[in-house]
Amino acid sequence: MILIAEQLLNGLQYGVMLFLLAAGLTLIFGIMGVINLAHGALYMVGAYAGTWVALQTGSFWAGLPAALIAAAVTGFVIETLVIRRLYARDHLDQVLATFALILIFNELITIGFGRQPVFTSLPAAFSGSVELLPGLPYPTYRLLIIATGLAVAGGLYILINRTRIGMLVRAGATNREMVRALGVDIRLLYTIVFGLGALLAGLAGYMAGPISAVQVGMGEQILLATFVVVVVGGVGSIKGAFVAGIALGVADTMLRAFLPGMLRQVMNASEADALGIGIASMGIYFLMALVLLVRPRGLFAAGG
Amino acid sequence: MTILAIDGLVKRFGGLLATDQVSLTVEDGEIHALIGPNGAGKSTLINQLCGEIAPDEGRIRLAGQDITNMPVPDRVALGLGRTFQITSLLGDATCRQNIAMAVQARQGGNFRIWDRIAGRRDLWDQADAVLDGSALAGRADVVVHDLSHGERKQLELLIALARQPRLLLLDEPMAGLGHAESQDMIARLREVGRSVPMLLVEHDMAAVFALATRISVLVYGRIIASGSVAEIRANAEVREAYLGAEDELC
Amino acid sequence: MRPLVATLVTAALLFLFFVPMLTDLVGRPSLLALACRILIYAMAAASLNFVLGYGGMISFGHAAFFGVGAYTVGILYAHFASGELLFGFIPGSNQMLITLPAAVLVSGVFAAAIGALSLRTGGVQFIMITLAFAQMLFFFFVALKAYGGEDGIIIRRTNELAGLNMRDRVTLYYVILGFAVLFFLGLWRMVNSSFGAVLRGIQQNERRMAALGFAPYRYKLYAFILSGMGAGFAGALMANFLRYASPDMMHWTKSGELMIMVILGGVGSFFGPIFGAAAFMILETFLAGWTEHWQLLLGAVLLVIVLATKGGINGLLARIFRRGA
Repeated sequence: MILIAEQLLNGLQYGVMLFLLAAGLTLIFGIMGVINLAHGALYMVGAYAGTWVALQTGSFWAGLPAALIAAAVTGFVIETLVIRRLYARDHLDQVLATFALILIFNELITIGFGRQPVFTSLPAAFSGSVELLPGLPYPTYRLLIIATGLAVAGGLYILINRTRIGMLVRAGATNREMVRALGVDIRLLYTIVFGLGALLAGLAGYMAGPISAVQVGMGEQILLATFVVVVVGGVGSIKGAFVAGIALGVADTMLRAFLPGMLRQVMNASEADALGIGIASMGIYFLMALVLLVRPRGLFAAGG
Repeated sequence: MTILAIDGLVKRFGGLLATDQVSLTVEDGEIHALIGPNGAGKSTLINQLCGEIAPDEGRIRLAGQDITNMPVPDRVALGLGRTFQITSLLGDATCRQNIAMAVQARQGGNFRIWDRIAGRRDLWDQADAVLDGSALAGRADVVVHDLSHGERKQLELLIALARQPRLLLLDEPMAGLGHAESQDMIARLREVGRSVPMLLVEHDMAAVFALATRISVLVYGRIIASGSVAEIRANAEVREAYLGAEDELC
Repeated sequence: MRPLVATLVTAALLFLFFVPMLTDLVGRPSLLALACRILIYAMAAASLNFVLGYGGMISFGHAAFFGVGAYTVGILYAHFASGELLFGFIPGSNQMLITLPAAVLVSGVFAAAIGALSLRTGGVQFIMITLAFAQMLFFFFVALKAYGGEDGIIIRRTNELAGLNMRDRVTLYYVILGFAVLFFLGLWRMVNSSFGAVLRGIQQNERRMAALGFAPYRYKLYAFILSGMGAGFAGALMANFLRYASPDMMHWTKSGELMIMVILGGVGSFFGPIFGAAAFMILETFLAGWTEHWQLLLGAVLLVIVLATKGGINGLLARIFRRGA
């Protein structure tokens, strides 16, 4: 029971992480119609920049603004130099151009920081754990991630539903032509949305640093899962990204935690572990295929 | 014989009734014109007949067979032909290839991966037969991208004819044509109408009055009047529906 | 144009025939292996181009079929070596004339299943669902401990074919070249067949094709299956060439590389994938020999090509020849 509760929390933590990435990605796709495979690169840039500053200064908190700024600036540069030219292109060109960006960023990071993972430590104030339930201690840092994710979700909710930019974003996700017709400075809107997406990706990357390795390729591992979240949630839908992010985060974590154990009941241990992890890795893709077969446009598809 | 029978068709978009209990028929040898002001729901109706939109209520029958929920290609196979209001062609292909594709669709054998499309003599002969004597006879090998708007409209019609339909749905075949082009199109449609019954959706009243054997008037999704050209011209309700919006109905 | 193409094809074939002598002549026998890989990837990329270029379906999971083809050869070899029956009734084999058709068949079955489900969606969802299925297969083979898991299957000896000495590099090259020529002849027929015409029609205007009475789903599925078979065929040859089959062959970046080859060569052009595969492999080999950070340059080259050119290498050649003519 305690074990399940703990894994649920782990799933929630992974889920909000996915949400932080998916929120930006789904808006970028919904509003600009661009498939951005390089979103994972922003996650990696945030992680490296923040971690580097944290290691130099010895302060976790000094790394945070560095991560955000680095990711946002990188996002701004990518948007201006590359993504902007892809708005009118077909998906194939978008996939390939942003795939090229992945190659470029991975190598740039390798040149700058080497191939070895960079390790970082938890902030002092969040290095312990709290006893949530009797017999269930839980690391405070993971709780911080969950809280941050939920806070961002709340903030985005307000931004999208209560502000003028949010109104344009909603309109853009439903009907791109309409926003163009409104005479809004569409360039600026795009840049803001892309910058926001980059900021959230950088935040996610930096927060992930202390609990998973900061290394080249970290972006792609989570990118594919993020894409699954976006597609399952419905392209362009923040709500969909949130629901699907949490659901898939929990599903993935639970499968990984419990499937090998369950398989051990029926086969020998090493085979059970391999098969269990294999099936667990397939889990979210399987769920996506399932969702798309029932709802080809995802759970909360925005507009036509 | 009744070739097309629409019975109590209803389509709602949210609270809007785009098609409101529409019933009409197209008989053999008939050119049934459907007119109505902009936003009357003509396109919505056409798209339900073609199968691109599913109606909420009612039935559509083609030559006695219920096609209400049939996918687009199956309806076409039963003999439903159409032209698009905004021309929809194979842009990189020539006129001849576009028409040949329609012939190919009719002849079948299209899962063959080991034959030569260029070697299907019968296919190209039939395509040429459709082109012969048409306005596009001299433009057979011109790519669609290089055709004028009027020529594309003509090609739409030729493609539909090449499919040898039992019924033609014409969605504004005159739209955007110049005066001379319109006259050509009217002459052509009159000729076609002798062998193929049509449901003609059109804004150009001159064309409608020149071609139609029967006219139905659609306003706010409802048919408010149906009758011969003379009856519709004399109908007070129809005049009222058109007044202010368009007073072409002279 | 036509005689020009015929002349170029003849010249290219002659060149390909003399590649083994040329590589010996310049004293770089390792280039022969590169030529083998180019030929095999050209087939895989051409298969992808069949759905992507001719059919307008952006599949981001084609490496899966490549990998399935390779694994078919690998698994049949493993059972041949051990003598155990696969599933209790299928004997293993090391005969190329059995393993290649088997690989084509198995990858066709996978393509049928994946295509039937994926083609219910479109647009970005199609891209992602094909990727998802490929990932599932990737993780499946990683978990498949019985056939080496992450490390894959070692194939101790290349399959036998008509008593040829397949351990000889040059013989193996000619075998691969022969299969490649047959492959592209077959593809040429398909592209110019009745079905090929319909497929190109669907790529140009699906709505129009439906209005003519073609059911796009069925035609797209058929194309997807044929394409999967082609990729499986290439994968089976690759397993024979490398003498192993591993999950890496169906990693999602491999699907990306196949797409790169297609776009480098020119989407929807018949010879494009050959140029694309050659350009990609040569670029990779050349850059990797020059710097450890070759992916940076590859990324930059790719980016420039996507952003700045239309129609890839094939488009470029066509423009040059048109200007010259």
